[in-house]
Amino acid sequence: MGDPMRIRAQAKDGNVLVRILMSHEMESGQRKDASGKIVPAWWIQEVTAKLNDKQVFSCEWGPAVSKNPFLEFTVKGGKAGDKVSVSWKDSKGDTRTDEATVS
Amino acid sequence: MTVHKLAAAAAALGLIAATTVAIAQKTSTEAIEEYREMLQDGNPADLYEMKGEELWKKARGPKNASLEKCDLGLGAGVTKGVFVQLPRYFADTNQVQDLESRLVTCMSTLQGIDPKEVINGQWGKGERANATALATWVAAQSKGMQFHLPQSQPQERIAYEMGKRAFFQSGGSHDFSCATCHGEEGKRIRLQDLPNLTKNPGDGIGFAAWPAYRVSNGQMWTMQHRLNDCYRQQRFPEPTYGSAITIALGVYMGVNAQGAKSAVPTIKR
Repeated sequence: MGDPMRIRAQAKDGNVLVRILMSHEMESGQRKDASGKIVPAWWIQEVTAKLNDKQVFSCEWGPAVSKNPFLEFTVKGGKAGDKVSVSWKDSKGDTRTDEATVS
Repeated sequence: MTVHKLAAAAAALGLIAATTVAIAQKTSTEAIEEYREMLQDGNPADLYEMKGEELWKKARGPKNASLEKCDLGLGAGVTKGVFVQLPRYFADTNQVQDLESRLVTCMSTLQGIDPKEVINGQWGKGERANATALATWVAAQSKGMQFHLPQSQPQERIAYEMGKRAFFQSGGSHDFSCATCHGEEGKRIRLQDLPNLTKNPGDGIGFAAWPAYRVSNGQMWTMQHRLNDCYRQQRFPEPTYGSAITIALGVYMGVNAQGAKSAVPTIKR
């Protein structure tokens, strides 16, 4: 299982602003190590987010996304006290899910 | 169209052109500042802080102990405010120590982790990576506080003088010293402004900016790593982790930065 994400969710004017910082190497598969061997690709492929068990966000990523990616989006509706849960799945099949409460 | 209207249209066009030029004239420094500001909100240093906090509280090592009894200068277990007073003299080790070398001492005495695992380790790997995460978390506890390194012990004053000498000593194949780049105002390497470290360079600049997350390589760098790479760039032999010279330079920069507010952990290009 990957390292924990840092999720912040803030309610403002009837919307919820979600900011997520993920901890991941995001290897593109284009880099070579010190001995000249290609570092195998390893990146987050799918990201989904739920607001109180209802899916509100999903995306597919490629290897061009940076290391330790930062993602921000706004969800219509939602209020303080709601639960935001974010999951990712990477190219090795590893997954990670973290939760935060909307403040 | 009358001549009048034409003139007005031309004037308006001229205005647009002028505005465009004004936008294009935003200095590279301003553009970089804007870029840093955008990144600040999602600074991945937070991830290292989280890791560091966990490592501080977790029982680890051959002695299966946490670091919660570690004395970083203000008493066992105190983390708030210690960063802005380091490096300082520690009676138990009879040495002036910076944050990283003091953490290594605690990892060794409390947890039984061999200091060599950090000192001879590689950046970003194993126990040295753990020390970086710990340093990031501890340093972050003093965010916004002002630097006031103690100079009451003779060892601390000697370290300052040693650091000063090292700072101005030039050598290596390029005859460089720290002062070559950091001895006066207004210098830069490519687009990076270089702080003048012979005085207080301002809040959150220079000594008050590290540990920092480096966006370009995705690494978290402590002051030990920063100094190591400064020496490498000067074509000097790379200093040993936590060695006397790195700590002396820390004392020199830290004392000079008296009153500067710590912005740690920061984000760099």
